[in-house]
Amino acid sequence: MSEFASVARRAVSWVLSCVLVAACASSGTIVLLPEKDGHPTAVVVKEGDKELILDQPYAAAKITPLRPSAYRASPQEVEAQFGAALAAQPARATAFTLYFIQGSDELTDESKQDVDRILAEIARRPVPDVLVVGHTDAVGNDTSNDALGQQRADSMRAALIGRGLSRPKTSEPFRAASGRRPSQPPTALPSRVTAASRSWCAEGAGRSAERSWAR
Amino acid sequence: MVFALTRTGVVATVLAALSLSTLVGAAEIGQIKTAKGRVTIERDGHTLPGTVGARLQSADVVKTGADSAVGITMDDDSLLSAGPGSILSLDRYAFEPTTGQGRFDASLNKGTLAVISGRIAKGSSDAMTVRTPTAVLGVRGTEFVVSSE
Repeated sequence: MSEFASVARRAVSWVLSCVLVAACASSGTIVLLPEKDGHPTAVVVKEGDKELILDQPYAAAKITPLRPSAYRASPQEVEAQFGAALAAQPARATAFTLYFIQGSDELTDESKQDVDRILAEIARRPVPDVLVVGHTDAVGNDTSNDALGQQRADSMRAALIGRGLSRPKTSEPFRAASGRRPSQPPTALPSRVTAASRSWCAEGAGRSAERSWAR
Repeated sequence: MVFALTRTGVVATVLAALSLSTLVGAAEIGQIKTAKGRVTIERDGHTLPGTVGARLQSADVVKTGADSAVGITMDDDSLLSAGPGSILSLDRYAFEPTTGQGRFDASLNKGTLAVISGRIAKGSSDAMTVRTPTAVLGVRGTEFVVSSE
């Protein structure tokens, strides 16, 4: 065999190893984490027309130039690589559902006590953000139900401010909105309000419901 | 007379500007809830401080420095938090609280990101995506981490 052929063979093998290195080089990682409430979830990883579905806790993918490559990650690896990002996660929104006495804008006795819990939850958060969503049942048309939901949310918002919820530093402390749940049958919708807070919040639906969240 | 007309013109312009800023205010899509170290928001060519309480808008790019981190809550209760040396772009965000429907596209150009999806991802399976420079992640109501190098 000539020296030329040997050089050529070496060159070919050098080129091949470059291609293999490039194929193995990862430019990112995705790991599906366990869901707190255990319900099934998934992330679909797409690179061009190559697709990989992660649907088990710690199912993971490396992003390579050619395709996503599946592997199983460990909690230790996640903590080592993503510990700082996970530690910065904001508190989850807390949602409360309050109920009105049917046909009135007065809360039930039980829901009146929830108002104290909502205020406590808000006080716990450094930058409270409150959303009150008023709900109605699904009987009737969306336009009038949305209007009624808004009215309930507005009245709940006013009631919370009346209970001494301090004016926040943020531009839009408490928002009031109407919430619609078209997928639920009318019978599944009591009269309520929901409140959620990214710092706190309450929700209500039905003939007399309201809700808000804290987040 | 000409002077009076000019003044009317100025008043009209100010009102238009006010209503525009009202619209911009309504476009707030999320808020920084936690911040550590150096966090900045790039918006329309300006760099703003990414302090706790700062409101975010669609197309904002949030950056973290070395030994820094940021946590964001979006209007649909999606939670995004980025570790040090990250570039997170909130490319597109639309959320209708009444119906719970919306669309959220974010990009992690660099760094590490932890995601807990919110109400938007509970809608259609294409409603929320997170992009890296080479991959697109379709989020189906879930909790995950992603890095981009």
